Amino acid sequence: MKLIPALDLFPLMAAILAAMICGLLGNFLVLRRQSLMGDAISHAVLPGLIAGFLLTSSMSTSIMLVGAAIAGVLAVVLIELVRKVGGVEPGAAMGVVFSVMFAGGVLLLEQAAARSVHLDPDCVLYGQLETLVWYQAPPTFAGLFVWSTVEAIPRQVWLLMVVGIVSLVFVVGLFKELRISAFDPGLSTAQGIHAGFMHYALMLLVAAATVASFEAVGSILVIAMLIAPAAVARLLTDRLVSQIGVSMIAAVLCAVLGYTGATIVPGWFDADSVNAAGSMTVIAGLLVFLAAVLSPRHGIVSRKWRQRLLARSAAIDDLLATLYRLQEAGRRVVAPSDIALPIPGKQQQATRLAVKRGLVAETGRGLALTDLGLDSATRLVRKHRLWEDYLVRDVGLEPDHVHETAEQLEHLKVSPDHDDVQVDPHGSRIPPG
Amino acid sequence: MLLGQIGHEGHDHGPVSLTDVTDDWPTWRQVVEVLTYQSGYNTSVVLASTTLLGIAAGIVGVFALLRKRSLMADALSHATLPGIGLAFIAATVLGIEGRSLPVLLMGAAATGVAGVLCVQWLLRHTRLKEDASIGLVLSIFFGAGTVLLSYIQTMGASNAGGIDAFIFGQTAAMSASDAGLMGVIAVVSVLFAIFLYKEFALVCFNDAFAKVDGWPVSWIDLAMMGLVVGVTVAGLQAVGLILVVAMLIIPAVAARFWTEKLWQLLILAAIIGGLSGYLGSATSALLPRKPAGAVIVLVSGVLFALSMFLAPRRGVLAAMLRRLRLQLDIATDHMLETAYLTASNAPSGLDAAALKRFKKQRGWNTMLTLMVGIHAGRHGYGRLRAHAFTPTPRGLERGQQVCRNHLLWEQYLISYADIAPNHLDWAVDQVEHVLSPSLVAELEAALAGRGVDSFLRSDDGGMPQNSAVAGEPR
Repeated sequence: MKLIPALDLFPLMAAILAAMICGLLGNFLVLRRQSLMGDAISHAVLPGLIAGFLLTSSMSTSIMLVGAAIAGVLAVVLIELVRKVGGVEPGAAMGVVFSVMFAGGVLLLEQAAARSVHLDPDCVLYGQLETLVWYQAPPTFAGLFVWSTVEAIPRQVWLLMVVGIVSLVFVVGLFKELRISAFDPGLSTAQGIHAGFMHYALMLLVAAATVASFEAVGSILVIAMLIAPAAVARLLTDRLVSQIGVSMIAAVLCAVLGYTGATIVPGWFDADSVNAAGSMTVIAGLLVFLAAVLSPRHGIVSRKWRQRLLARSAAIDDLLATLYRLQEAGRRVVAPSDIALPIPGKQQQATRLAVKRGLVAETGRGLALTDLGLDSATRLVRKHRLWEDYLVRDVGLEPDHVHETAEQLEHLKVSPDHDDVQVDPHGSRIPPG
Repeated sequence: MLLGQIGHEGHDHGPVSLTDVTDDWPTWRQVVEVLTYQSGYNTSVVLASTTLLGIAAGIVGVFALLRKRSLMADALSHATLPGIGLAFIAATVLGIEGRSLPVLLMGAAATGVAGVLCVQWLLRHTRLKEDASIGLVLSIFFGAGTVLLSYIQTMGASNAGGIDAFIFGQTAAMSASDAGLMGVIAVVSVLFAIFLYKEFALVCFNDAFAKVDGWPVSWIDLAMMGLVVGVTVAGLQAVGLILVVAMLIIPAVAARFWTEKLWQLLILAAIIGGLSGYLGSATSALLPRKPAGAVIVLVSGVLFALSMFLAPRRGVLAAMLRRLRLQLDIATDHMLETAYLTASNAPSGLDAAALKRFKKQRGWNTMLTLMVGIHAGRHGYGRLRAHAFTPTPRGLERGQQVCRNHLLWEQYLISYADIAPNHLDWAVDQVEHVLSPSLVAELEAALAGRGVDSFLRSDDGGMPQNSAVAGEPR
């Protein structure tokens, strides 16, 4: 078989465009905690789609798309209505509206199917990327750069391009308004940017994106792409602009990897291709998982690592403070077995690190604070006793209740400042700072 | 061409115009037979089981709603799809009949639970919020399921057809034993829910208290989730995994409009759910091309809409009536106040000219005036006849009361709330009608000796001037 480079050009274009449009709008849905509106809308457009078909009795796509868009907006309005007028919890309101509308769609679909039309419920869910494959593609790469290539672009891709441009203009043009209404709807309304209007404008675009995308990629992928790229970006960055950038990269990755994974990879094993839209969502899932685990700031690994570092430095602190107290009691050199740290199990590691950092000297008879160690131990114990003093004097705790709390507070960078206090509630001297 | 490439086998009769297809309506006898469980063993078992499923979903859904887990059930039901695919593949590889329902349902339950665990994992370990976590799990699991289903189709297994019936549901294909399994799961779920009623109620209403009181809250939550899994999995074949969540949510939300008591809520939700299941699958059995899942959800949707509009206290209609009555009360108060203030000049009430002035001042149209007249008449406050309003003594008394409340509140705002006198009228106008007797008594006590009543008894009988009141030294 000869390799035709442009065979998959149009499905890939459709997949990338759909993923990017949904990913762009999804950023604001995720920030506004309305991710599930995408879910609701993409289910609720079904009756509009089929009604558009039944009314015109033809497969005239424009009518069907108009019907779908109307149904999408209707769903948004109905959800608001059930939520506000009926006083129903938002999640449940969404569930009621979209499932009833979807059920209506399924029923209409069966009627439409009876009219011997090739309407299949599955296509609404999975989409039909495969049908966009360009079998008349020129056999060479160079053959692509002719006008007939533009003419061959399928309608679905054109539609996606139009919706994509509209979405881009919307987001760029109203970026400030979108940002403020996403983070603080109250403030935005107070400043004259009507948060409700922004909500409906965004929802209208989500409906348009849903309708334009699902013809090519199906409603399940729409839901995934509305949420997953934004979620990946949310896990990786803290600023809206970079979040949008990262989400666009993630969307393209999902589309390209998902599509090639579904069509080309099975070919290596002599298997038939699998559902491309589905495999794009699987890639999206992988990306979310990777971001959740490996994100430098918010990832699980880095958080665990930071916790470990913190636990380690707390253990060293505890060792120093313990040695200081023993030294106060007149024991300068202490055998390791005589030391009991507040959190057991970390003593050996803490000793090793403290010795390595020159805080503790290990002699034949045991451990002793070095000058450097004495310095930080003094600061620690001062902090501990100042906290105890604060807890008794200002918080009003009993003196015998404050040690455990102070044991935790001493690891903070701050301490209450009482220069005139000389003695802690237990009568120990507070070392001068 | 939209949605057009995969054909519907069996329906391919060439293009037919809109009016050509007519559904054969069932005869009255057929309707009665189906509804009374006399139309064959299979149909009856399916009908009974969907009814039971509706009852179970209604009851379990109430707890899910109160625990704010409605959409968690959505994630769960979508997440069953990969399980169905995996179970089919595993069974086929192991040489078991792949379409055996218990096998598929076990797979469905397994990935459904895995989906819920993923949502909780995302919530606990990442900064993603609940909506995003649910949406992610829902779409990604479902997407993985579609990949598996498309793989199954390429496997060339002869019995693969009908696996995707689980997405939209297919009662027609259910055997009596399938339906029986569904019924049994439903009954067990109901029994569990009744058995754990006290624990569920406690956790739903105050989980923090339950924890402090020593209850194993996470286990109770787990049991609740288990029941949701049970109902979801049971409903897969009949209503399909997209719509099964509606059976959990809608009856509970609909019942919520009618009552504030948990046990009543449960019974009502069970009735609404059961009725939807019964009517839905009966319709599906009687009419061609009416998939049970969709009809069940639509029936419950109708019941929801009825509840939302007609429920006596929380319903929309009741709220509108309440608001209308309040508006009429207030409007009547205004008219009586004016009648009272002009009473010494015009003892017979507002004549045509005065009424016209009043209407203009208030911006009322004739319709509202007419309604106020009827309202006043019904309360014995006065009569509206021939463009003139004649108050009864009782009406004048009410007018005086309103006027007095107005002055009291005005004085209160000046004395205690530090509102500038020229800002008063607007603030007072809204409040004067809703002062309760106890509040009036309190105001009287607080403002004793400020001479409020002297304005009412002023000899000239004219309108007490706000400026005069405002001009009083504090």
